[in-house]
Amino acid sequence: MTVRVQEAGFDLGVEVQSFATRQTNAGAVVNFTGIVRDTAAGDLDRMEIEHYPGMTESALAAIDAEATNRWSLKDSLIIHRYGILRPNEMIMMVATAAPHRADAFEAAQYLMDYLKSRAPFWKKEFTTDGAEWVDAKDADEDALLKW
Amino acid sequence: MIDILYFAWVRERIGLPKEQVETTAATVADLVAELKLREDRYAVAFEDISALRVAVDQELCDFDTPLAGVREVAFFPPMTGG
Repeated sequence: MTVRVQEAGFDLGVEVQSFATRQTNAGAVVNFTGIVRDTAAGDLDRMEIEHYPGMTESALAAIDAEATNRWSLKDSLIIHRYGILRPNEMIMMVATAAPHRADAFEAAQYLMDYLKSRAPFWKKEFTTDGAEWVDAKDADEDALLKW
Repeated sequence: MIDILYFAWVRERIGLPKEQVETTAATVADLVAELKLREDRYAVAFEDISALRVAVDQELCDFDTPLAGVREVAFFPPMTGG
């Protein structure tokens, strides 16, 4: 169970390889990666992600502990960046390891649903038209109801 | 003394990330009412608290949470991680 909140980028290949190869009793590893998406107009210069140091780490650890408890995960990894990110850069990743794939998939989805709406990160998009905070979506809040 | 933290557009509207406040407010909602009376920028930031979330000592809470013994209160918009 590892949580990393960092400004620096990460190497997805290295992280997933290292996560998968250190497992001893898991038959399934699932990875999700979130990437900075350009606007529909294609004019995104950058995204800035703000967070709440201290609470971010504790909120992610609590979400992770709940997932581990519900799905008997063997291991998990959450990496989430903050600061300035350009289009196509990786924002975050989660990886889960479980004996079977259903648990690994479900736990990864749970981690994603909760960290979208319950971990204190805020995104601001900077385009040629100016800067705007990204609004939370009702669909993201509704996604929590299924758990 | 309570540390008050602001994030995202709440921070921008109030114009600072953090301040210390001497207050006798019993709950978060009472604290918001006190802050709104200070200056327009607070009144603007707290105009619609249904658009805001609050954390008390780094735990998400409701606005009726009591403030007795609390060290840190943070106000921010709904989170957009992931």
